[in-house]
Formats: sequence, structure tokens, C-alpha cells
Amino acid sequence: MFPELGQLALILALLLAVLLSVVPLAGALTGRDSLQAFARPLASGMFVFTGLAFAILTHAFLVDDFSVAYVANNSNSMLPWYYKFSAVWGGHEGSLLLWILMLAGWILAVAIFSRKLPPVMISQVLSVLGMVAVGFLLFIIMTSNPFDRMLPNIPADGRDLNPLLQDIGLIMHPPMLYMGYVGFSVAFAFAIAALINGRLDAAWARWSRPWTTVAWSFLTIGIALGSWWAYYELGWGGWWFWDPVENASLLPWLSGTALMHSLAVTEKRGVFKSWTVLLAIVTFALSLLGTFLVRSGVLTSVHAFASDPERGSFLLMLLGITVVGSLALYAFRAPVVHVRARYGSLSREIFLLLNNVLLVSATALVALGTLYPLVLDYLELGKLSIGEPFFNATFSPLAVATGLLLGAGIFSRWKKTDGGWLARKLLWPLAVSVLATAAVMIGYGGFAPWAFLGVFTAVWVTVATLWDLWDKSSSRKGRLHGLKRQSRSYWGMVLGHLGVAMVMAGATVVSNYGVERDVRMQPGDTAMAGDYEIVFNYIGERSGPNFSAQYGEFEVRLDGETIAELHPEKRNYSVGMSVMTEADIDAGLFRDVFVAIGERISDDAWAIRLQYKPLVRWLWLGSLVMAIGGFLAISDKRYRIRVKDVKAVEQESGGTAAGKPAEVTG
Amino acid sequence: MKRVFLFLPLVVALAVGIFLFAGLGKDPTKLDSALIGKPVPEFSLENLADPELTMDTSVFKGEVSLLNVWAEWCPSCWDEHEYLMHLARDKGVRIVGLNYKDQRENAFRFLNRLGNPYETIIFDPEGKLGFDLGVYGAPETYVISADGIVLHRHVGVVNEQVWQQELLPIVNEARGES
Amino acid sequence: MRVAMLLLLAAFWLAGPASAEVQEVYDFDTRAEEQRYQQLISELRCPKCQNQNIADSNAPISKDMRDQVYRMMRQGASNEEIVDDLVARFGEFVQYKPPVDKRTIVLWAFPAIAAIGGFLVVAGVLWRARRRNEQDSALSDDEKRRAERILKDQGGSSDR
Repeated sequence: MFPELGQLALILALLLAVLLSVVPLAGALTGRDSLQAFARPLASGMFVFTGLAFAILTHAFLVDDFSVAYVANNSNSMLPWYYKFSAVWGGHEGSLLLWILMLAGWILAVAIFSRKLPPVMISQVLSVLGMVAVGFLLFIIMTSNPFDRMLPNIPADGRDLNPLLQDIGLIMHPPMLYMGYVGFSVAFAFAIAALINGRLDAAWARWSRPWTTVAWSFLTIGIALGSWWAYYELGWGGWWFWDPVENASLLPWLSGTALMHSLAVTEKRGVFKSWTVLLAIVTFALSLLGTFLVRSGVLTSVHAFASDPERGSFLLMLLGITVVGSLALYAFRAPVVHVRARYGSLSREIFLLLNNVLLVSATALVALGTLYPLVLDYLELGKLSIGEPFFNATFSPLAVATGLLLGAGIFSRWKKTDGGWLARKLLWPLAVSVLATAAVMIGYGGFAPWAFLGVFTAVWVTVATLWDLWDKSSSRKGRLHGLKRQSRSYWGMVLGHLGVAMVMAGATVVSNYGVERDVRMQPGDTAMAGDYEIVFNYIGERSGPNFSAQYGEFEVRLDGETIAELHPEKRNYSVGMSVMTEADIDAGLFRDVFVAIGERISDDAWAIRLQYKPLVRWLWLGSLVMAIGGFLAISDKRYRIRVKDVKAVEQESGGTAAGKPAEVTG
Repeated sequence: MKRVFLFLPLVVALAVGIFLFAGLGKDPTKLDSALIGKPVPEFSLENLADPELTMDTSVFKGEVSLLNVWAEWCPSCWDEHEYLMHLARDKGVRIVGLNYKDQRENAFRFLNRLGNPYETIIFDPEGKLGFDLGVYGAPETYVISADGIVLHRHVGVVNEQVWQQELLPIVNEARGES
Repeated sequence: MRVAMLLLLAAFWLAGPASAEVQEVYDFDTRAEEQRYQQLISELRCPKCQNQNIADSNAPISKDMRDQVYRMMRQGASNEEIVDDLVARFGEFVQYKPPVDKRTIVLWAFPAIAAIGGFLVVAGVLWRARRRNEQDSALSDDEKRRAERILKDQGGSSDR
């Protein structure tokens, strides 16, 4: 009974989405307030019904309702309850429902937090979001219904959740990722609305900015979680493989990063509008492209969902309509006016524009590398693989260039920066960075050109960011007062840039100074990984709730002292008959020691993979710092000024002069 | 900036769309053999039935043949075997077997149960010839010309559809030439 | 003294077997060779798997390929020879690093093309904007102020 209600809820949500995409827009175009007033109730209603559908599916999982095909395929009665819960988004249908729930959530958030925006704008924004929702609700109802029943032959038990996905990483990773993907739809909707009514201005940029930043922060966390999960769960200790699906999440992240910076320029200086609006469209389009790549099976990936051409064509159609529609609108409506340059060649505007050039080049590079095999195959020029060595060789220079530019750009000023002043300003940070990098090189014992460049870039970004903070926080009332005086969005920027530096440092150091070994070990053997001595004590057996495992006990020693005991496992999951390698890791801020059990070589000897991974945690910590920066930036009071501004304007027109209400009440 | 430039993103998007559309429904894991148009790699292996008999590439000379890579441990090989029997018996197709990474007893048991469609069988317990051929998973079926050139490879089960649409046209063409 | 030396030697000898290094799954003479091997197998793709290199994959074919890499390294083959050998058997698909040729030159050159192209466009925009500035700076003063005021009204505050 319940599953049918779930389906009904989805259909009702679709109806509301259709109304949402038509009624407020019609109201906005014809100037009828009564129609526009429907926007918010429709948005709330859509959220309620999608939420209901999601709750019903979750219920079906928790009570083991195997008459629902999706539950039977992705769960099992032996599964612990928390994995039953996360199994809701462990397959295609459920994760799509989660996607839609998040979209409905974002729409609701826009409806709630944009009360002070002009009604015409908000009606259009919500309608555009409604259209996106219509597309995805149609998709789920027509091709991927999670409530399909297996009647009358109800299986006695489910086929179990893929063991790879039975993990805390999976509970967290997709929701965060989707929050990011879907969140970019808001920036997209603002862009489309602004194109429709021709109001691409600083106000538009200011409204879009916090939404973009939040989505970007979520996406950052989502990608980092995915990388962390792959690192410890896939069993090979890699943290980024340049797999098509990983690339698919990186694409909107890169262009989203460009968008955040471009929005800053448009908000502050009112320039580069056409460029910014294009980035907003492209970023969302890339989110959709990612969804398509993961679910259509056009590319081979470790992470892809089971492929289905029918779903693929539907998604491609959806992607096509969205992208062609919005880019056509862009082509006809984007302003081509030449704004008189009110900025010099060394201004912050130009630095940010160059940052955009590099970020967009990187985006295009990743897109090209991901899709190139498809193109060559289509042209019958052969089947190529484009993987890690290619991306490492081509992406790294762009990343380094972006970092170097960033360090210089931090000191630049809006409108105009004096070249000589900037050069003098950069001299000391440059000297400090070179020395610090040299120290790091010596510490890790060995010079390599790419290691030097990567570490130097990270140090350079850090030094420049802190230097600027030091400059800005000087105050007659003391340093602490000066630091407190900085706005939250400034702190957000500082954290964002420090986070980037951490990721760069981590990526460079772990790839250049990490140690990877495949050794043959018997219980009692000792092997070295970096400075760490690893002793294989014994191998034993144990059984878990839905698997049996062989586990080894390893001692990690440094200078003769035991610092950790590790228990990597090889698990046999009974239901799916699959074998999983569970690595065990001695994690630390500055290094990880990673041990995984491989195949059995002889009666008492095993292939053991040992890894020493310096600074690997910095990849994820850095991402977290970046995301925190993002959240901090949007909590800045000036995004609430708008609310007050509107009131102030209203008050002013009523005759009361409002001085600077924002400063007081923010 | 001219408005023409604003159409550029649209054009790029459409171009990407075409490739994505073309990629739909194609199986990206399907690979053509690297040996197509080249002779079967040299080998010297025992015959499955007769360890005294050493086999080499001359086994392919003179007639167009299918080279079927199989093993007792490979589940899909059990599935396709009946169709191979049909091909050998009713269609008169010459099939050479390559027993891949298998044991003799197991291979015999398999043939005793399901019948033997092979004219002769190369025994490759270490997968040497398999590796040289680029076999990455049994079953695989190659079309070999009368002068020992690899014409085509099919990875996976051979059935009526695969035979009619994929293999037969190539076999016919090769027969016509020789 | 001599006794001490002998004792020391004996201690080393006794300690020797306990801390002796274990064997690699594949044995190499030098650390550099081992690293070269790791590098090679991480850049070769398992033809049977979804998308994994032969270092990480447990598929039998990956093991065969690792064996072949090891065998050829022992015979003194260069990296190119090893990769070419595997490509000859399994096709270009198995190398994660696409060869530089007519088909892929665009791909390899892309970062340079995109970045340099982008920088040129920015330079062009700047140059044109500046020329326009010089042309009509006389009548712009008033307009400029007005534009700035409008911008301010719309919320372009000038703090960071």
C-alpha cells in the first residue's frame, strides 16, 4: 500500500512542479501579482510531496519490504539498519529521488530566503527551478520508478547492497555531492531570470553569489568525501584516479570556482556580466552532464551505475533542452555593450579574469580528456584510454599557474594597481616562499622539479594570503582589534585560499614522496615503508553481520617503538559472493601508513600492499577548510544588507532617512 | 564583442551533444583485437587430446576457421557450447579450440558432457597463446582467414544473433576471397 | 677491542635475520627498478576491468600483464618496449597515457592553446577598452560619475 502512495506523491509533486514552472512566470510576464503569489506555496507543496515519497522509500528499506524491486535489489534483511538507511540512495532510482529531494529543498530555500527580492525576479527564478524539477520528476516517473513492485513473486530476501557501498563514506558522499550539483541550479535560475528580464546587474550578481558559494562548498565536501572513501574503501590507496565519474564531479567544481570569482567582479565592479552569466549556465550544464555520464553508460568507470540506454537518451534529451534553451537565450539576450574599462591592466579585475581563463581552461581540459575517447571512437580512430598520466601532465601546469597568479592577485587592488608597488610588495613573500619550499624539500629528502613547483605554489599562496591578512589587520588599536574588524567574507576568502594551498601541498607531497610497495610476507616478517617498520604478526578469521573475513595483525614501528596496530581484512560477503579488501590505516596529520592484504601467494605467504603517504590527509582537510571558508563567506552580514537596504529604501521613500542601518543591525 | 561570438557556446554544446548521442547504447568496454589484419602469433603447444602432438600456426592454413577460446571454469563457455555444436554439425564451420588456462581432466569432462565441436584443440594451460592473442576473458571467438590472418574477434558468448550479424558476413567474405 | 668488535659483529649477525628485508612480490635489484615497475603498472589499464590499472586490479589478466612487465624488465627492456609489447597484444586501450600523434595532438596541446588563447583575449579586451577610453574620455566624466552612482545604488558597495 505504502509504495503506491509514494508513487502518487511523486506524481503530485510533478503536477505542482508543472504549475510552478508556468504560473509564476506567466504572472511575472503579464504583471499579475495574483499569479506570482502562487510561487511560494507551490514550492513548499512540491517539497512536501517529494519529501513524502522519500520518506516512504526509506520506510520500505527499514522494514525490509522486498516486494519493492528497488529495495530487493539494494538491500538485505541482514544489513545493519544504518546501511539500510543509506541504501536508499545506493542505486540509480533512489539516488535520483535524493537528487530530486535536494532540488525541492533548494527551491524551498530560495522561496524562504528571498522574500525581499523583487517579486518579478523571484517568480521567474522559482519558475525556472520548477522547470528543472519537471524534467527530473518526469525522468524518475517514466524511466526509473523506485516504487516498482515485484508482484506476485516477492523474493524472500534482498540481493544486498554492494559491499563497496556499505560504509560511512557512502552515507555522506552522495548527499553532499548532490547538494552541490543541484545547488548550482539556483545560480542557473538566477541567470536565466536575469536574461529574461534583461536585468544583468550588480544586484543580480549579489543575489546569486551566496547561493553559488553554498553549492560550491557542498560540492567541495562531496568531492573530498568521495576521494577519501575511494582511498580507504577501494583498497588501493589512491585518492584521485581521473576516472570519468570523478571528472564529472570536478567539472562543475572548476567552473563553479570560476563562477564564484567572476560573480565577485560583477558584484563589485559591474563588469564581465556576459561572461559571468555564461559561467552560471555552463556550471549547471556541467552538473547535468555529470549526472548523464554517471547514469548513461557511455563511458567506462569504476563508479558508474548500471547503464541503461533508455535512461541515457532521456537524460540526454533533458540535458539538451536545458543547455540548448539556455544557451540560445544567452546568445540572443546577453548584453554586448562595451563597458568602458574602468580598470587598469594590473587591477584586481584583470587578475580575476586571468584566474577565470585558467580555471575555464582546466575545466575544458578535463572535459576534453574525459570525452575524447568517445569522440575518437565515434570517428573510428581507435579506442584510447586517457587517464592519470595524461591528466597529471597537463592539469598540473594549469594548477600551478593558477596558484602563482593567485598569490600575486591577493595584493592587487580594484581598478588599478601600481606595477612597481606590486613588484616590491611581492618581493618578500617570494623570498620567504623560496626558503620555506627549500626547507620542505630538504625535509622530505629529495629535489624533484614538479615537487618543487607544487610545494612552492602551495607555500606561495599561503604566505601571500597570510601576508595580506597581516597588512589588512594592522590597526592602531592593536592586532586583535584589526583581525576582528575583517569581514566574514574576507575570512572566507582567506580560508578558501589556505584550503587550496593545503590541497596542493598534500597532492604534491603524497605523489612525489609517498612510498608504495607490494611485498611478499609471512606471519613474523618485517618490511619497511618509508621510515616505518611493519611487522606481520599473524592472520586470523572472524565473521561480521553479513560477511566472513580473514584479517591480519600488523604492528607499525618507528625507531623500534610500536606506534600502531593495524587489522586489514579480506572480506567475503555471503549474499553477493563478492570479495572486498578492507585496508587499515594508521592515520596522522602528517602521514598515513596504509596496509592492505592482497592475494595469497602460497600456503603461508601473502602479497601485502604497504604504503607510506605523507600529507595525504591535507587533501581532505584542505577541502574542508575551503568549504568552511565558503560557509563563512555567506554568513557575512552584507548579504543581509540587501534585506535592510530594501527596507531602508522603503523608509526613505516614506520620509525617514535611514543612515546606515546595515552596520547597526547586521 | 559581436553577438556572433555569443553563439559560440551553443555551437560547442551542440557538437558535444552529437558525440554523446552517438555514444549512447554503444558498449564502451567492447574492444577490437589489436591483431586484426595480422597473422596469428607463432606458438608451439601440445594438442589437448594428444600430448605428443605439437601444434603451431599451420593448423589455420588452408581453410577459414573460427578460433574459440574456452575453459571448463568459464561459465559463459558452458552457455555458448550448444550453439558451437550446432555451427560445427549443421553449418559445417571449422572450429579450432583453444583450451585456455585449464586442466586436461576438466577439459575432457567438459567435452564428454557437452560434446566436441572442435576439429582440433590447442592446449594452453599457462595461457601463453591466449596472452599473445590478447585474450582478456574467455570465451572469445576469432575469425581466422585461410592464410592464418586474424580477421575479427568477438568477446563473449556466440549465439544465433552474433553468428548471423557479426561473424557470418566476415566468414563469407573470407571464403569468397580464397 | 677486538672482542668488542667481534661482539658487535655477532650482535649484527644475530640481529640480521630478524630485520632482514622481505621479498617483493616481484623481486628487484634496486629501489629505482622497483619504482619504475610500480610506475609502469600504474600506467597500464586492465582490459577486462571497468576502469582500473593493472596495479590495483585483481583480475587474472592483470596478473598476467604484471608478470609480462616484470619479465621484460628483467630482460632489460625499456619502458617503451614494454608498453609497445602490451599494446601490440591488447591494443592502445591499455595505455593510460595516449600516444602523441595526429589524433591526439589537439588533446596534448590543449592546455597551452587554451591558456595562451585566453590570455590573448584578455589582452585584446584590455587594449581595445583602453583605446576606447582615450577616444572619448572627454565626454565621459559626467557619465562615469552617473554610472558609478547607479552602480552604488544597486548595491555595489566598495568594501571588499
